[in-house]
Amino acid sequence: MSSQVSAAATSLWEGGRSPYAVNSKKFGMWLFIISDSLTFSAMLFAYTYSRVTNPDWPKPFDFSPAIIFSTVMTFCLLSSSLTMVMAVHAMNHGNRKAAAKWILATMAGGGAFVVLHLSEWLKLINVEHVTPFQNPWGVPLFGGTFFALTGLHMTHVVLGLIYLGIICTGVMRGKFKAEDVEVSGLYWHFVDLVWMFIFPLVYLMSAKVG
Amino acid sequence: MSEYTETIEHIEGATTASFTKVWFVLLALTGVEVLLAYFQAPTLIMLTVLLGLSIIKAALIIAYFMHMKFERLSLFLTLFPMLIFCIVLMLIFLGDAVRIPAMRPPV
Repeated sequence: MSSQVSAAATSLWEGGRSPYAVNSKKFGMWLFIISDSLTFSAMLFAYTYSRVTNPDWPKPFDFSPAIIFSTVMTFCLLSSSLTMVMAVHAMNHGNRKAAAKWILATMAGGGAFVVLHLSEWLKLINVEHVTPFQNPWGVPLFGGTFFALTGLHMTHVVLGLIYLGIICTGVMRGKFKAEDVEVSGLYWHFVDLVWMFIFPLVYLMSAKVG
Repeated sequence: MSEYTETIEHIEGATTASFTKVWFVLLALTGVEVLLAYFQAPTLIMLTVLLGLSIIKAALIIAYFMHMKFERLSLFLTLFPMLIFCIVLMLIFLGDAVRIPAMRPPV
């Protein structure tokens, strides 16, 4: 019994040492990412459920230009993830100037994604007459699930851009530490990760060729 | 009580070259997904392959870009088994979704 007590007192879980060896900001961001993953998972399942229950689900995305367009959006987001990794790497090596440049490049990628996504939305709304409540193809749930899912993701991207803007300004002024850039990077990669599921499930599964 | 101190250690494998390699792999997998959509594979095969590739891409992003490969195993075990379990639980609803079209009265 006494040996068990002494083992507990010296264990990593005693509270004196960090069991995960990460700072509290990073751990907090991981917890947020896990909870947000469940939100997006539930929405993707709702989309899939709606689609399976409606065999006449529309296929509104022509391979050219809609799928090519969304592939370019994917490229922008993937590339912005790479530049974010470079920003974290530069910051870990104490190179604030390079880190700020890489964060700006990340923001450019994210900004391009939002602009392309909004133009795609506007085409669907103005040309195809798709709204969250009706569309010309007769399955109203398509618009509701499509705009909810992609809208929530785009909101995350826009919030990420604001977050990165604040971090970038701080880095340039010599305010934030490497861990702050890394935590913002975790958020940005998560936004990228979610798109890796939305792109195939929403766009590629509804692609129309010929 | 000892204090938590932040130290930046050199992590083996976390180099810009390895991150660029991962980026190329992610682009290549996206290319495969787009090709699959172009050739219009049967729905079930397409869904399975696309989901499989997405899971591989997600794993690469988490492992390398989000640095999970270089973290302690305890962090991974605290966060991910629960997440995967909850996502798998959601599959329960899909059986219901498959039955609904067959149950709908003919118009």
